[in-house]
Amino acid sequence: MAMKIGDKSFFGRVDDALQDDFMRQAMSSAQDRLRGKKQAATVEDELVGDWEEWRSAGEEIRQHTLDNLDFYLEQLSENFTKRGGHVYFAKTAEDATRYVQEVAKRKNAKNVTKAKSMVTEEIGLNEALEEIDCNVYETDLAEYILQIDDHDRPSHIVVPSLHKNKEQIRDTFRDKANYTGTEEPKQLAAFARAQLRETFMQADIGVTGCNFAVAQSGSISLVTNEGNANMVTTFPETQISIMGMERLVPTWEELDVMTNLLSRSAVGQKITTYVTNLTPQLVEDSVDAPKEFHLVILDAGRSNALGTEFQSALQCIRCAACVNVCPVYRHIGGHAYGSIYQGPIGAVLSPILGGYEEYGELPYASSLCAACTEACPVKIPLHELLIRHRENYVKDYGKTAEKMAMKTFGVGASSPLLFKMAVKGMPAAMKPFVKDDHIENGPGPMKLWTEVRDFPAPGKGNFRNWFDNRKKGGGAHD
Amino acid sequence: MTEGLVHNQEEFLNNISARLGRERKQQVVKPVWKHRPQWEILKDAAPEELAAQFKKNSLEKTTAVIETTAAGLAETVRGAISQYGGGRVVTTKDARFGDYGLEPVLVESEAHVWNAELGEENIDIAKRAAVGVFFSDISLAESGTVVQFNGKDIARSVSLLPLAYLAIVPQSTIVPRMTQATHQIQQSVEAGQELSTCINFISGPSNSADIEMNIVIGVHGPVEALHVIVTDR
Repeated sequence: MAMKIGDKSFFGRVDDALQDDFMRQAMSSAQDRLRGKKQAATVEDELVGDWEEWRSAGEEIRQHTLDNLDFYLEQLSENFTKRGGHVYFAKTAEDATRYVQEVAKRKNAKNVTKAKSMVTEEIGLNEALEEIDCNVYETDLAEYILQIDDHDRPSHIVVPSLHKNKEQIRDTFRDKANYTGTEEPKQLAAFARAQLRETFMQADIGVTGCNFAVAQSGSISLVTNEGNANMVTTFPETQISIMGMERLVPTWEELDVMTNLLSRSAVGQKITTYVTNLTPQLVEDSVDAPKEFHLVILDAGRSNALGTEFQSALQCIRCAACVNVCPVYRHIGGHAYGSIYQGPIGAVLSPILGGYEEYGELPYASSLCAACTEACPVKIPLHELLIRHRENYVKDYGKTAEKMAMKTFGVGASSPLLFKMAVKGMPAAMKPFVKDDHIENGPGPMKLWTEVRDFPAPGKGNFRNWFDNRKKGGGAHD
Repeated sequence: MTEGLVHNQEEFLNNISARLGRERKQQVVKPVWKHRPQWEILKDAAPEELAAQFKKNSLEKTTAVIETTAAGLAETVRGAISQYGGGRVVTTKDARFGDYGLEPVLVESEAHVWNAELGEENIDIAKRAAVGVFFSDISLAESGTVVQFNGKDIARSVSLLPLAYLAIVPQSTIVPRMTQATHQIQQSVEAGQELSTCINFISGPSNSADIEMNIVIGVHGPVEALHVIVTDR
């Protein structure tokens, strides 16, 4: 599945990441910058007013849209086709790629340009198009960097090449594309511009994702900065946009609110350089507009969340604000998640879309500090959803040892006598592992923790003794 | 163009309603939202204050700004065009160039006025052009944004392909923010009016922060931008 990154186990990937000091440095510095920019454009921007009010507005809109998703999707489809566009509802990733392949074959397409889109990454669209001998060109700078670096995978939802520094990018350009310039970002970007200019003009098909569709008018809105999305949707004869089925708003009024939340939360901008709103055309009279416009609306597991405790996960607008505040992401980076969706939202979304068997361990990649929930512009209770996932995972997929441990704890905790014995016995049981009042190499479930940091040794006193003593009039610090 | 095709709609939407635990909805009344902070921003601002905000926010996005009057516009545009190296000028086909007395400047600078009948030739000219000139239909104070309703004559390429864009911004087009622009679009959709195939919100030169979060100005779109505010129109 194209959503998946790498074949190693979760802990294997985490180990790799923890040893990559360079990547961790890049991640923490990028996280700081993104977080700072967001703060400046949200709670610190006086003109924007009460940011909490904006978050409530976002939540309200997303909840209403999801509760009435069938209605608004039907409205979108009706308005899109009324204006001459074609709509394909895809149940699975395979259905979506097959449809795009069919369109490409029918158009005898050779060259396909793409704007940045996580959903096309999710369904493996590039591979599907290459299978039928199309040349696929990623045109977003970050995606272009990854593509020419032997199809490296994204490590961040908004800035997919976040794990690379400018020297690495210079070397990749030099080795793979005969670049002769320096590591200056301006020169590197100018190189990409020169490389892709003619490619935009020669493309037969332009592929985009969709930040938001507007049901009321059958429009697709793209929120971008580089100008490549405009290129991709202006010059090819055929445009194909692919959207997750939840990515829509009822009318233009809500588009305004969501665009503001996205621009400020994702990149700290009042508005991105381009907000491009595209609607199929009834009359074919423009020289620089596609003649054919297809919209693929994708389920691919999203409906698993509808009507469940996880429905709010579909409120996500892919701003990565939660990723940018996550202490775990900061340390392990994007690839360790093993999914193209990383960070807290990735840990919530990946199991919904890809199942617990593949992604059930991801909800453990969290300290449950709730910084993600606080950062989310549409108020998804991310840390609570992570807990729900953990419960489900332990129930259905938990390892026997973990289940036994939970069961043993259950038995012990249900009997006052057993509980008392366990608490009293703890210092003695841990004694072989204690060194200088802490545990450096703990047994069983403590092993993973103590590999990275020390664990305090159990104290000789315990809460019950302390409480009893206090009731008898003893000191609080006994 | 005839009506487009729809595939798999019923099965797909039936699955959604089943998951939501109810029958398919035939009608939904959009609620009156409890939270509408967007209408508060710059709500009582006078035109001059909106223009000042537009200017400030344009500059913040590295867009140059010149303020002038209708009488001084031709001279301002003439000067700006010459600053862009005297390369080819391309413009949208827009009656406002005549209304604002700019036709002599365009003739003098041998500007190419978009002509759909010439087909691809327009694009070839635009991609070699030094500057693309167009009018902003709605302008957003909060973010220094110009809005184009693209179509056959107001071609998308004019603001996209040349090295620089020059947008003429009548002060009367400046509104507080995107809220007023989308409200206007919403009203025209509700009135059944034809919708532009590309409603383009543009805020300065193209840019990227994909390399170590360093802002690079000028990626695939223009590398420079100029907003000319016409204070008395």
